[in-house]
Amino acid sequence: MSSALPSPLHADADDAWSVGPVRLRSRFLLGTAGYPSPAVLGQAIAASAAEIVTVGLKRTLAAAGDNGFVAAIREALARGGARLLPNTAGCRSAPEAVQLAHMARELYGTPWIKLEVVGDEHTLQPDPFELVAAADRLVRDGFTVFPYCTDDLVTCRRLLDVGCPLLMPWGAPIGSGQGLLNPFALRTLRERLPDTVLIVDAGIGAPSHAAQALELGYDAVLLNSAVAQARDPVAMAGAFRLAVEAGRRAWRGGVMARQDFAVPSTPVLGDPFLLAEGA
Amino acid sequence: MDTTSTITVRLDDRLQALPAGSTLADLVALLGHAPQAVGTAVDGRFVPREQRAAQHLQDQQRVLLFQPIVGG
Repeated sequence: MSSALPSPLHADADDAWSVGPVRLRSRFLLGTAGYPSPAVLGQAIAASAAEIVTVGLKRTLAAAGDNGFVAAIREALARGGARLLPNTAGCRSAPEAVQLAHMARELYGTPWIKLEVVGDEHTLQPDPFELVAAADRLVRDGFTVFPYCTDDLVTCRRLLDVGCPLLMPWGAPIGSGQGLLNPFALRTLRERLPDTVLIVDAGIGAPSHAAQALELGYDAVLLNSAVAQARDPVAMAGAFRLAVEAGRRAWRGGVMARQDFAVPSTPVLGDPFLLAEGA
Repeated sequence: MDTTSTITVRLDDRLQALPAGSTLADLVALLGHAPQAVGTAVDGRFVPREQRAAQHLQDQQRVLLFQPIVGG
């Protein structure tokens, strides 16, 4: 396996973003599921320079132990100082998600929760009605809710209305690796919610997808399978780190406007060959 | 077995016999879990760790235990 990329891990320390009072520099949130070994997971976290990693909860009989993966996460976080973001994966209703969130807060010792309430088994599309209901309850219970949502603008507004401090719209269905299927909708969200922290969550398959999200002005990306399922997850974690940084720098630099036709980049007066022949 | 002094709870996907009067904290200990290692719910409602000792289990109640795991 390749080693972590060289420092500096965060080339522009002044370009921070925030979740409440917590300031963050990394714009790459990493999931922890599906890695070939705990050691590779730990190395991937280090290579990603992620400051937020996601974790889950599972019924004890079904889980039958985790083979050291959770310990690897905790060790990596102890070394790197990243924070845990527990999720409510598998929940299909608001009451179920609320109960699981409370359990996660107790087990992981954080009020942060990635709220997932799925409404369709095939696409794993979030249920907007249950999602808003669960978010409303959890915010009033003192949680900092990271809602995994679609790119529907009105649903996103409702989530902000009930107190979510940020939004995490999907790029494509979870685990599909299809990238940003609806850039128009994502761009619309960015334009209509200019002051909201927006994180593309789910569907990112390649570093270029992550760069595209940042180029659109998204504040960060959250992904898991694209790293965990890579032939070399540690190398891929580093690649995503660089892509996220490149996309962010591109956004700050200002991507040029698209043109329908060619526009010469070199200033030319007349026809240079004809001028040469006539000399 | 003296059925008058035992209860049966539905623990995840199986049945678990317990002495009548057992608490949720007793069940967690009986199963060998450290109190801080699992989350608990009874009949679909989260029971905080500090309330387990006061949560007396009733016959046929549904108990779920959760543990940390990787996630995306």
